[in-house]
Amino acid sequence: MRDIAEIGRSLAEALKRYPADHIEAHLEESQATRISYRGRELESVDQTVAVGGNIRAMVKGGWGFASFNAFDDLPARVEAAVKQAALVGREKTQLAQIEPVVEVIPLEAGRNPAEVPLADKKQQLDEYLDIIWRTPQIRTSTIGYGDGYRRYIYLNSAGSFIEQTRADITLRLTAVATADGEVQQAGFSVGSRGDFSAVRGLQQQVMETAGRAVALLSAPHVKGGEYTVVLDPILAGVFVHEAFGHLSESDFVYENEQMRQLMTLGKEFGSPELNVVDSALVPGLRGSFKYDDEGVPASKTYLIREGKLVGRLHSRETAGKMNELPTGNARAINFQHPPIVRMTNTYIEPRGATFEDIIGDIKEGVYARNWYGGTTSMEMFTFSAGETYMIRNGKLAEMVRPVVLTGNVFTTLKNIDAIGSDLDMNQGGGCGKAGQSPLPVSNGSPHIRVSRCLVGGR
Amino acid sequence: MEEILAKARRVAEEADVFLVSAEETPVQFEANRIKNIQSKQSTMVALRVVRGGKVGYASSTSLGDSLRIVDMAVQVAQFGAEARFELPTMQTYPRVDIYDAEVENTSLNTMVGLGEELIGKLLKHTPGLICDGRVTRGSYLVRILNSRGGEANYRETVFSLGIGGTLIRDTDMLFVGDNESSCHPVLSSDKIASKVLEQLELAKNKAQVQTKMMPVVFTPDGVASAFTASLMTAFNGKMVIEGASPIGDKLGQKAFDEKLSLHDDPTIAYRPSSRPCDDEGVASQVTPLIEGGVVKSFLYDLQTAALGRTRSTGSASRSRGGVPVPSPSAFVITPGDVTFEQMVSDIREGLVIEELMGAEQGNTLGGDFGGNVLLGYKIENGKIIGRVKDTMVAGNVYQLLRDIAAIGSETKWVGRGLNVPALYFSRVSVTAKG
Repeated sequence: MRDIAEIGRSLAEALKRYPADHIEAHLEESQATRISYRGRELESVDQTVAVGGNIRAMVKGGWGFASFNAFDDLPARVEAAVKQAALVGREKTQLAQIEPVVEVIPLEAGRNPAEVPLADKKQQLDEYLDIIWRTPQIRTSTIGYGDGYRRYIYLNSAGSFIEQTRADITLRLTAVATADGEVQQAGFSVGSRGDFSAVRGLQQQVMETAGRAVALLSAPHVKGGEYTVVLDPILAGVFVHEAFGHLSESDFVYENEQMRQLMTLGKEFGSPELNVVDSALVPGLRGSFKYDDEGVPASKTYLIREGKLVGRLHSRETAGKMNELPTGNARAINFQHPPIVRMTNTYIEPRGATFEDIIGDIKEGVYARNWYGGTTSMEMFTFSAGETYMIRNGKLAEMVRPVVLTGNVFTTLKNIDAIGSDLDMNQGGGCGKAGQSPLPVSNGSPHIRVSRCLVGGR
Repeated sequence: MEEILAKARRVAEEADVFLVSAEETPVQFEANRIKNIQSKQSTMVALRVVRGGKVGYASSTSLGDSLRIVDMAVQVAQFGAEARFELPTMQTYPRVDIYDAEVENTSLNTMVGLGEELIGKLLKHTPGLICDGRVTRGSYLVRILNSRGGEANYRETVFSLGIGGTLIRDTDMLFVGDNESSCHPVLSSDKIASKVLEQLELAKNKAQVQTKMMPVVFTPDGVASAFTASLMTAFNGKMVIEGASPIGDKLGQKAFDEKLSLHDDPTIAYRPSSRPCDDEGVASQVTPLIEGGVVKSFLYDLQTAALGRTRSTGSASRSRGGVPVPSPSAFVITPGDVTFEQMVSDIREGLVIEELMGAEQGNTLGGDFGGNVLLGYKIENGKIIGRVKDTMVAGNVYQLLRDIAAIGSETKWVGRGLNVPALYFSRVSVTAKG
């Protein structure tokens, strides 16, 4: 089979010949390995390879998109995309201008998981499995490891031709304990930009996780209600991603007049202490890249600065229509999907408070750590903790069952009244939007305190 | 495929090849207007080999490179799990109608028109509503071949229509929506339109709720958002053999309210979740899971069934060519005899839950759920008086399903594989802001 770069070169001139305002092509090859364990047993080892691409065309503001696994008859694919775009287009094309780029970005050294022998990967996972099962009362466990690499080429009718290669590793581990018909679980996940050492050396964390699953069996439930909640860097990262990050994705805003008014730049969202950033430029993080999937250079974007809304995340289209600068946030999980506006690495900037400062004057509160998940409807969001403790009279107290927290973005961000100094990025997450999941992102924050947060309970 | 199987047989004791090939055409609407049209062609071929008694899997988007996929599967088989299963031999499958050429013949113009018509109906009722929608037609080909002579081959068409509307007033957002799918073309938007219009009507007024235990009616969509993830996990044969299912040791025992019956049915004609056989080529069957509150069976694929010393229920699912796992095709809860209106009129103070957001992100294995009421209504003196917000509902699926006040007399398809009635509970924990 021909190399995708060669196919791309043969397509480059052709893209300019069709009656469309803009045409771009995405060609990709990828491979992935998955290893999963259930209980004491290895469940499966799986390798997969994929090649394919897509053509995306814009005519009078309408998009056409054709994706495929087979590279034969590419002109017919281009024609299909252009025809579909023409059927949709009824207005005018408004894409933010960008300079054409020609560049090859190779895989960073030491970051190819395919170079680590399968036997080594399995041996590492076996070690974690042993640790889990040394814990009494563990009923079962799951370990899901996945790694992969993608080499992909972006080219467009304006002359861009960008080749990027990136790798990604994730590990999710869950321990399940049972007693008297009760089932409790504890888990954690980590990830990296292809560096296998990120999934090594987790013995202590695995042991604590298994122990926590057991301890949860006898932990009490929180009584539902409003609490002052302290979030650790991992959960606060999920919180900022769900509570605010998604709202700053301009595709929710650009064609919705009411949302535009709600999200006017300068609007106050938090205290002057609060800065929220999305940046794909932080080296080595899972959400980082040099060019997004529209060939736009990545950037560091302040979303909230000193409590005020100062920026948002854009594709070329949303930036063009809102007359703002493109930020390079159009991303697709693979060639089967068109790029949409997504986050990269999103975090709350650190301030000065120590953990003792943060919990010191809380009479009764909740300390929530680690994550299960989170979701948002823009206005409302929920996110769930992996570990929860009560705070009593300024001190950490008993462990309780993990809680689900919810809030309203327009009030909860304002209720952040203390921000720590210990920024940490969580690399174990993935983000889902519009059927595209999981996208490698990272979230982070220092410890934060949120007053009057709604906690579900019985 | 034949070539991959032939090459695999030379180096492995057993092998099966699974192929799924898809053509999908989504037409998308954004902010009340047509936004983009896509055509997606994809192929995935997956090979499973048993070599030296161990299983290896590999998959590829290309049928062309048969040697590579065999090499990959053989390479991972040395680290693989021990094979306990026997692949099915040639067998006859039940007739399950899931193909309608009219889906493939539905023109892009018709699909665009359908979406515009639906949006038009909703805007006429509520002019400020902002709708995103999707009309999709798809056709699929599935082929399975194995080294014991087993063979399956079927085509399926799926047509779906979905809409989501947002209404913003100041910082208050209301979300409404519904979707419908079938193996026939869905050429009328009436059903969805009337459902969404009903949501808009019921949500017109706002209502306050206080933190306490109260009666709650979950509509079919509400049941889907709060209960089904836990149940699907609990009836998964894998969880059962690991001892992690809370009902795994309750086979033949009463673990639920006697009004509750649940089965898995992959044979319903023209449902997108139906198929003549599962993804390992085992014939489809109707599997009773709960009958009159008694646990009747769990769902198994070949390997899981062998580990659990039972038979496969034909429940293997290999989404996008992945490793087979037991999975329900269509979860069907048998309807009861109480109408939704009767449930509401029975309640002095309570809630109707249409959608709980984030309910299934906690300890679903243990049956715990807790989420924010994305769409729900307050009942006062037997009548729905308005929409509630800033409210959480939490509970445990197993505790609640032991004592159901009433089961709805009408079921609704929710998503691809759920057919459920409304469920009414007398005491559910509700937490409200303020």
